[in-house]
Amino acid sequence: MIYLDNAATTIRKPQTVIDAVASAMCSMGNAGRGVNDASLGAARTIYEAREKLARLFHAEQPKQIAFTSNSTESLNIAVKGTLVPGDHVITTALEHNSVLRPLYELEKTGVELTILDSDRLGRINYEDFHQEIRENTKAIVCTHGSNLTGNLIDIRRVGQIAAKRGLLLIVDASQTAGVFPIDVQKMHIDILCFTGHKGLLGPQGTGGLYVRPGLAVRPFKSGGSGVQTYSKSHPAEMPTALEAGTLNGHGIAGLSAAADYLLETGIDAVRIREQELMDRFYKGVRDIPGVTVYGDFTSMERCAIVTLNIGDYDSSEVSDELLMTYGISTRSGGHCAPLMHQALGTAEQGAVRFSFSHYNTEEEVDIAIRAVRELAPEE
Amino acid sequence: MMRKKELKLVLTFHTTADAMAMEKACKEQNAPGRLIPVPRAISAGCGLAWCAGLDTRHILKQLMDRVGIEEQDMHECMI
Repeated sequence: MIYLDNAATTIRKPQTVIDAVASAMCSMGNAGRGVNDASLGAARTIYEAREKLARLFHAEQPKQIAFTSNSTESLNIAVKGTLVPGDHVITTALEHNSVLRPLYELEKTGVELTILDSDRLGRINYEDFHQEIRENTKAIVCTHGSNLTGNLIDIRRVGQIAAKRGLLLIVDASQTAGVFPIDVQKMHIDILCFTGHKGLLGPQGTGGLYVRPGLAVRPFKSGGSGVQTYSKSHPAEMPTALEAGTLNGHGIAGLSAAADYLLETGIDAVRIREQELMDRFYKGVRDIPGVTVYGDFTSMERCAIVTLNIGDYDSSEVSDELLMTYGISTRSGGHCAPLMHQALGTAEQGAVRFSFSHYNTEEEVDIAIRAVRELAPEE
Repeated sequence: MMRKKELKLVLTFHTTADAMAMEKACKEQNAPGRLIPVPRAISAGCGLAWCAGLDTRHILKQLMDRVGIEEQDMHECMI
C-alpha cells in the first residue's frame, strides 16, 4: 500500500512512539490517583508530555496544556466554553465541521455567527475580519491550515487583528501542529486546539488544547480530578479544569515520545521534506490534461496536500480506482469541509486528496503521478 | 483509463459502525461484496457503502435481517 492520506492520520509513527505506548501499557498507573510508583510514573509521563508540547507551541507554562481525545473535543471545549448567547463570532469558509458544527449549534442558542468567504483558490481576504468585527464580537475561530486544500491562514496576522480589537483567537491546528512553527504568544493565540495523531505523529485518541493564562474556559464535563475530593465543584485550575476523568495515559505516553522525535528531528526538517514531496507530486500532475488541482500553489509554504479531480469523474470512484488498481490510499468526498467545497465548486463531485508524510518517498510519489496520468481520460 | 462501469447494488448505512458490521457479517458468512466510498450519485457527503452484484440483493437482505443490520438505502448504480 502507498499511503497518501496523512492529512486524515499519519499512518507511520516513529518506533519510539510504538515502544512508549507498549511500555506504558505494561506499567502505567492512573495519574493523580493515589501515590504509588505506578500512579506517580503516569503523572510524570503526562507532565513531561505537557512540557514538550508547551515547548513546541511556546506556551508560558506546561500547565496551560490540557489533554483531550482529539481536536474536535478541544474545539468543542474552546468554542462552547467561551461563547454565550449575544456574543458574535467570526470564522472562515476554510473550516472543518469540527469548528462549523459547534458554531452552528451555538447559533441556535443566540450566538451570532459570521463566516468569511474564500475565493476560488480557497483564500480568505484578511480585510474582511476588520469589516465584520462588531461591538459584540467576542472571538475569531479559524484554522491554521485547510484540511481540503492545504492552504494556510496567516495566524500571526489574524492574531494581530484579534489582539488589537480585544478578541479571543481560537485556532484549529489540526493540520499544522507538529509541522509548522506555532508560537502562541507571538501569534496572540488564546486557545490552540490540536490533535495528536496527525502531524504530531502520536496515537489516535490523543489531543489537547493550550489555553492562555488567565482565560477561564467553561468545561463541559466535571468529575474525578484526583484533588479537592470534598468540593462539590470541579477544580477551576488548568489543566485539571478541562481534564475530568482518567486521561488516555497510554496514548499520551506515545504522544510524548512523538514530541521527543519532533524536537530532536526538528519540525523544519519534517516540513521541508513533506513539502518537497508535495511539490514533486503537484508538478507531476498539474499539467495532465483533464486534471484540476485545487488551492493556492503560489507558494509552497503550505500543508503537504494536493487535492484534485480528474475530468468530471466522481472523486469516490477515482479514489476507489487508485486503491484497487494501484494500491494508493487517498481520501475522496467532502472531507468534512462543506463550505470549502462550495467555494471551490466541488460540492457535488467531491475531490481526491493526496496528503504526504515525511516518511513517504519519491518513488511513491512518482507511482501516484503515473496513476493519475493513466486514469485521466485520453484526449 | 478508469475501469468500465457495471450496474451494481450499493447499500448505504446510517453510521460507519453499521458498514463495518456489514463487512464483518458478509465475511463470516461468505456473502459477496466489498466496501467502497459512497458514490456521488447517491450522496455528495462522505461515507462507506457496500457494493455487490445485482443478483445478491436477496442474499444480502436475508443476511442483514438475520444479524440485525439496517441499511440506510439500497441503490442500483453504475460502479
